Amino acid sequence: MLRLFPLLLFCVMSFNASAAVSETQEPSALSSLVEQLPTTKLNKMAPLIENIAATSAPQVRDILEPLIEGDLYYLKSNKQVVSVQKNEQNKYELIDVLTTESLPAVKKSAIKKVRTNNRLRGQIRVLLANLDLMSVEEGVRLDALNQLLENPNQIGINLVTKLVKTEKEDDVRELMSVILLINQLQTGANEEKLAAAKQLSERLEPTVKNALVKQLDLLPKQDDTAELRKALVKSIDNIEQSASVYGLVENLFFGLSLGSVLLLAAIGLAITFGVMGVINMAHGEMMMLGAYTTYVIQQLFPNLIEYSLLMAVPAAFLVSGFVGVLIERGVIRFLKGRPLETLLATFGISLILQQLVRSVFSPLNRQVEAPQWMSGSLEINPMLSLTYNRLYIILFALAVFFTLLMILKKSSLGLHVRAVSQNRDMARALSVKSSWVDAITFGLGSGIAGVAGVALSQLTNVGPNLGQAYIIDSFLVVVFGGVGNLWGTLVAAMTMGTFNKFLEPSMGPVLANIIVLVGLVLFIQKRPKGLFPQKGRSAE
Amino acid sequence: MKNLLNSPFVKKMNSLHTVIAILFISTIYVTFCNLVFAEGSLLYVSDYTVSLLGKYLCYALLALAVDLVWGYCGILSLGHGAFFALGGYAMGMYLMRQIGDRGVYGNAELPDFMVFLNWTELPWYWAGSDNPLIMILLVFAGPGLLAYIFGSLAFRSRVSGVYLSIMTQAMTYALLLSFFRNEMGFGGNNGLTDFKEIFGFSLQSPDTKLALFVATAVMLAIGYAISHFIVNSKMGRVVTAIRDAEDRVRFVGYKPQHYKVWIFVVSAMLAGVAGALYVPQVGIINPGEFSPLNSIEIVIWVAIGGRGTLYGALVGAIVVSYAKTRFTAIMPEAWLFGLGGLFVLVTLLLPKGLAGLVFNLMDKIDPPAKESNAKAIINNKNTATENK
Repeated sequence: MLRLFPLLLFCVMSFNASAAVSETQEPSALSSLVEQLPTTKLNKMAPLIENIAATSAPQVRDILEPLIEGDLYYLKSNKQVVSVQKNEQNKYELIDVLTTESLPAVKKSAIKKVRTNNRLRGQIRVLLANLDLMSVEEGVRLDALNQLLENPNQIGINLVTKLVKTEKEDDVRELMSVILLINQLQTGANEEKLAAAKQLSERLEPTVKNALVKQLDLLPKQDDTAELRKALVKSIDNIEQSASVYGLVENLFFGLSLGSVLLLAAIGLAITFGVMGVINMAHGEMMMLGAYTTYVIQQLFPNLIEYSLLMAVPAAFLVSGFVGVLIERGVIRFLKGRPLETLLATFGISLILQQLVRSVFSPLNRQVEAPQWMSGSLEINPMLSLTYNRLYIILFALAVFFTLLMILKKSSLGLHVRAVSQNRDMARALSVKSSWVDAITFGLGSGIAGVAGVALSQLTNVGPNLGQAYIIDSFLVVVFGGVGNLWGTLVAAMTMGTFNKFLEPSMGPVLANIIVLVGLVLFIQKRPKGLFPQKGRSAE
Repeated sequence: MKNLLNSPFVKKMNSLHTVIAILFISTIYVTFCNLVFAEGSLLYVSDYTVSLLGKYLCYALLALAVDLVWGYCGILSLGHGAFFALGGYAMGMYLMRQIGDRGVYGNAELPDFMVFLNWTELPWYWAGSDNPLIMILLVFAGPGLLAYIFGSLAFRSRVSGVYLSIMTQAMTYALLLSFFRNEMGFGGNNGLTDFKEIFGFSLQSPDTKLALFVATAVMLAIGYAISHFIVNSKMGRVVTAIRDAEDRVRFVGYKPQHYKVWIFVVSAMLAGVAGALYVPQVGIINPGEFSPLNSIEIVIWVAIGGRGTLYGALVGAIVVSYAKTRFTAIMPEAWLFGLGGLFVLVTLLLPKGLAGLVFNLMDKIDPPAKESNAKAIINNKNTATENK
């Protein structure tokens, strides 16, 4: 203990010194600090680490990062500090942290770990972030600044004060000024606080609002602070207002993405039920088959996860479409004009398909991996970020919708489909093969359900019950939109999704779901033909 | 066979007498064999079998309710499980209160799950649930009221056919979701269970089980008699007419929606009674009973038995349930294949169910007199016109 005392003294002194002249430290100072690492006690490590970071030497990162990971050791023989990596022969490869030279591998007994604890790790992370502030890459600087905004520390703020003058990028400088303004708000004189409060009113970062609210709470009730109080309240109001606007936008986005899921689920049904008039209770299982197709594709090509979804879309279309044609040929065509019987028979098929999947793939949910490009989010500002997977779902649903619309409106197949659905006998008289058209249409609707299943595999668990969860919703969407009307389906799906998401915050997801269901049931009572009823000859 | 069918005794009997007679005889038989013969005897009917039969009879009553609306009024309800479950919950509430302080938490007033949720008093809708009369009232009123509200909304705006089926399914799905919530006050996910006694008799004792079985058989007989009376009454004729040509009935001057609501409510109450009898025999009621799959299973019982014939519903329910019990025991994997296959085959090949099959066979043995009568009438007409 006595032996350590001078050392500690040195530490404290050097800390004071280094804070003042942080950037002018010599590399030799770094080595002397590093030498202390093995011998310093845990509770005295904090200032030492701070000093190491303050040297701003290029090796600092190589020292601190292994320290967080617990890979920083020293040799028992000469107290040389090294970062360590275990190799295959159970030996430890060493790299000198100061010179970055590799040293011969040793056994575990020759080295000893430099000790840390969680508090130190937190401190090191902050210090590393401050190092990033001086990085040459803009993105790294921005990340570091954001981190500093979350956990402000004096060293970082001092650094920013200095860096802001030389910073060239606009958005980086803006973020820096926000940090400084917050600092000014917290530590400055009243006039400075006032100026800061006014300038901060446009910022969207949550930290800014927290700082403002905190200042308002701390403010003494005196006359000379009235103006500051007013400015603070105004800024907070301002921020809250924009927060509520962005909240609305975000809710709308969530609603649209849920609506797109519903649209995907319902759109195949809009063909089989809406255009052909077939009640296909196995529609959900077509989606399930599509989701399982995605799973199988990922199992078959484990190296191509990035492209698996692109491959799964046509594959799922073919698989579900094929099963759909089989169902139409095997069962549904014998039940033409008997909707209730069709309902029962297709329900039986859905049970068989579920059990089939259960027997083949096991009743447990399967893990479908998400490719890299689906994860992450598009950050528009600190209050609003749109996750990519939701964004892609919306785009995908719209793409499927418009493709289908084009097929029905522009292609000759679409012409035949519409002809058969409007007047079967007349179409037959004009040499349209109505039974062939039926099979193809049903296959098309089922195939699109399969495509929807690919999208669903990214959102929910892929299990035998996947389809059941959507069948009722998708029927309601089709009925709500008006049977036989694709645009109605689009509007209905989006309306239902948005309603759901706007009700959700105040009453929870389950109750929101129930209320939307009940609301729809009541709506259908009022307008049994849906939002956009069919008019003219094809109406009943 | 032909002689037997033509014997005066059989000819006088209508289906009501036959069904009640069969029910009566089999109930007596089961009771007798259960009480008199010792275990291990060839004729002994075990307590387990008695409960199982009781369960089947509840299903039969439920199927009867569905047949009443589907077979006779053309309303394919895919949500009758909801009425069944509501009746069950009414009974469950009563049974829950009968536990008293014998629950895990020993609270005399509150059921266990409420204590667990830190509730301090009963919600208002549990008031009086320990009174058996109120329970019986609820068994009828709960499903009846739901059916009345739903039916009058739906039938007034002339929602029919497939739309109605999907809406009934949405109804039971919405109830499923709501009963899963703890805040609903019906035990959430776990439902109501752990019952101890009913009307002061222990639910564990074999005698109570036997009594419940007999009670179910009696209720089924009463329900059958009521249904038989309804479908053969003048009102029932109108209901059947609505099934076959609703518009024509409307043009003649009837108001189909009133008849439809009325029969829907009666059917819902029958389903509620079935649920109330079911719960003490299986010892649990949970939101799973609301699942749309259950409701559709009921429909398949009726379809297999033969819709539009009351006894067909009973036969279908009992046969399919028995098959399910056996199959799920032998090869649980195959049951859903079997059930699904049944749906497809029955709709494709047996549109009138087992009853229709039997009729066809009987027609072959003994061609009905009706046809010859009809021919005679036509012949008369022809001669009449010729005479002119």
